[in-house]
Amino acid sequence: MDYKAPVEAYTGVVREVTIGKGNKSLKIGGENILPLHFFDQGSNPNPVKFALEILDMKPEDWPEHAVEPFKDVISDPVSWAKKCRGFAVDAVSLFLMSTDPAVKNAPADKAAALAREVAEAIDVPLIVYGSGDEKKDVEVLSKVAEVCDGMNLLIGPVLKENYEAVGKAILDHGHTAIAQSPLDINLLKELNVKLSKIFPPDRIVIDPLSSALGYGMEYSFSLIERVKQIGVITKDSMTMMPIIANLGGECWKTKQAKENKKQGLLWEGMTALSLLLAGANILVLRHPETLKLIKETIEAR
Amino acid sequence: MPIAGSEIVKMLPGKKPCKDCGFPTCFAFAMKLASGGATVDKCPYLSEEVKAKLVDLLAPPIKLVTVGSGENAVKVGNEEVIYRHEKTFVHSPGIALLISDKEDGAEVEEKIKKIKELQFPWVGVNLKANLLTLHFASGDKNKFLALVKKVYNSTDAGIILISEDLDVLFAARDICADRHPLLYPITKGDIDKAIPRIKENLTPVGLRGESVEQLIPLTIKLKEAGIEELVLDPGSKNLLEAIRDQTSIRKAALKQGFRPLGYPTIAFPAFMAKDGLKEMLVGSAFINKWASIIVFSDFDKYSLLPLLVQRLNIYTDPRFPMAVEEKYYEVGEPDESSPVLVTSNWALTYFLVSSAVEAAKVPAYICVKDAEGLGVLTAWAAGKFSGDSVGTFIKKCGIENKVKHRKLVIPGKVARIKGELEDALNLKWEVIIGPRETTGIGAFLPGLAKQLKG
Repeated sequence: MDYKAPVEAYTGVVREVTIGKGNKSLKIGGENILPLHFFDQGSNPNPVKFALEILDMKPEDWPEHAVEPFKDVISDPVSWAKKCRGFAVDAVSLFLMSTDPAVKNAPADKAAALAREVAEAIDVPLIVYGSGDEKKDVEVLSKVAEVCDGMNLLIGPVLKENYEAVGKAILDHGHTAIAQSPLDINLLKELNVKLSKIFPPDRIVIDPLSSALGYGMEYSFSLIERVKQIGVITKDSMTMMPIIANLGGECWKTKQAKENKKQGLLWEGMTALSLLLAGANILVLRHPETLKLIKETIEAR
Repeated sequence: MPIAGSEIVKMLPGKKPCKDCGFPTCFAFAMKLASGGATVDKCPYLSEEVKAKLVDLLAPPIKLVTVGSGENAVKVGNEEVIYRHEKTFVHSPGIALLISDKEDGAEVEEKIKKIKELQFPWVGVNLKANLLTLHFASGDKNKFLALVKKVYNSTDAGIILISEDLDVLFAARDICADRHPLLYPITKGDIDKAIPRIKENLTPVGLRGESVEQLIPLTIKLKEAGIEELVLDPGSKNLLEAIRDQTSIRKAALKQGFRPLGYPTIAFPAFMAKDGLKEMLVGSAFINKWASIIVFSDFDKYSLLPLLVQRLNIYTDPRFPMAVEEKYYEVGEPDESSPVLVTSNWALTYFLVSSAVEAAKVPAYICVKDAEGLGVLTAWAAGKFSGDSVGTFIKKCGIENKVKHRKLVIPGKVARIKGELEDALNLKWEVIIGPRETTGIGAFLPGLAKQLKG
């Protein structure tokens, strides 16, 4: 029996999306191979990227071992963002937690001013996540887009419920959008189809929602794997966007991550590595040590 | 690669409707063979040659291999799909702890203790590692054999034996042969010498090559010798090579129907990473990427738990969401003034809500609505957790006879169903919007309970 190594050549190409401006810019996506399948025909010009998350308020429920790397700057988002640079991040992700009506209901203009200040203080692109409250986010994310006009931030979550208003603000002010839908391939495609009618698809990044290990991780894993395959293998235009896996917060709110530092690093690390192997193009992590571990694991030769 | 009934029928006698196989026609028999509902030996008219060919064609594309015996037997292989979303993964990988004969007595004791005692209850299942790997590294045959004896006598775990020296390997095998140990490595260099020794007392064999291709002549040779319980190690040295090699083997077996690579695989994070955490991460990647047995140099409570949860997650059948029964559940000993919460019936959702309520130390009722095993938000989006349907469930589940008050807590993520739900309950219940995350239940529940009591 003759053996021929199965080498695949696919026709779909994930759109290459640029976030940030000038020398602060970063490209994600652009691949026509499955994750780390460098043995197939094709390439990934922009290997997986890593961001660390920062909050716009002092975190209340983080375990000490997650606060530790940032303990001197944890109350000051601008210094916190700058400190991320020391951990070789490709981007910083700012979470506007305090704007959540259920948290502090902080006003939109304050959040937007902070986003601008953080974006200017760092030399990597900024990702901005609103609280996820679909009504408040219209106000907050539109303001962020306006105040940071032209900086090409990656802004989300753009949801089925608010894509028209938020999408328009993101587009008008020259940013890139995170289209988020709850762990379902049909909802995900439907949102991309709707959003693409008013928004250029090459400025959309997909957030399929990332669940933590033990708390639904397998759903995110299989969904991301499917989205990537439908894009790359069957060339479905509405899934050929890069994927963001925002998993740090989900992992560190688990009891298992909180009760032991090394267990926490592995909780976040295994979730991250799984979603990376499934096809995520950019990962948002919380702990800088996880970032280092993952990078060294995939770069080992 | 499964063969179609229409292909099989061409190989059957097909001359007379003899019905000796128990089926009305050869075609009916062929269809049964293809679907696994009958075996080839039912037809008395097949030549030995055709019979053997059919058995081979009908065998699962990835051989089932059993390491260990009795309750602790680890079965791997028999997988049917490349990606879990295509159907499901079937036999979750064996997780093995390595003991070298260079380790001192205390270290050995400690590891034996770990394999016995590190167990974790998780959403109704008990998670544990299930194999021990014994590595001949000291150069002292007697020392290694003493270790094998010790492990054999003091545990009933499945055993993997590693020795580059064939004499030592088979001597160790003879100690624990009834445990059905895996012998590793058999290589290009020693396969001819090894074959007669393996056949003395058949147990599974691990083949090591320097590439996927190098394994092919070895598996063919062993199969011809009647040795078929094989496990493959393509010699991957890092994560990228591992993904390449595991992908090639899996696709060769399932997509190309290439029999010589239709075997489970073994992977050695123990030899691939220096740092303990990175070793676990590499191991977790092997769980995603199809390794059937994964060997670690060491692990502890904090590192084994995430790995085993990862294995459970990836080997959960995606076609059947883990769901709990639709009804109201009692947490603690609730009474007529205890809080009532409603949520969806995804097992994980229920597990999170009930453990949060338990931790809050407030007895309560959790009404679990059948949402086809979806989480709350997904269920709502799919129309399985609408105000109307939740209302119908609350009315019929019997909770109205258990509590005097009429206050119902809904998950914060579906705050929007409040109005519709109150209407569906004929405005007899007040719907209270609960926390968005289960982590908020601890702060939320005591206040509500106090209010209901007062």
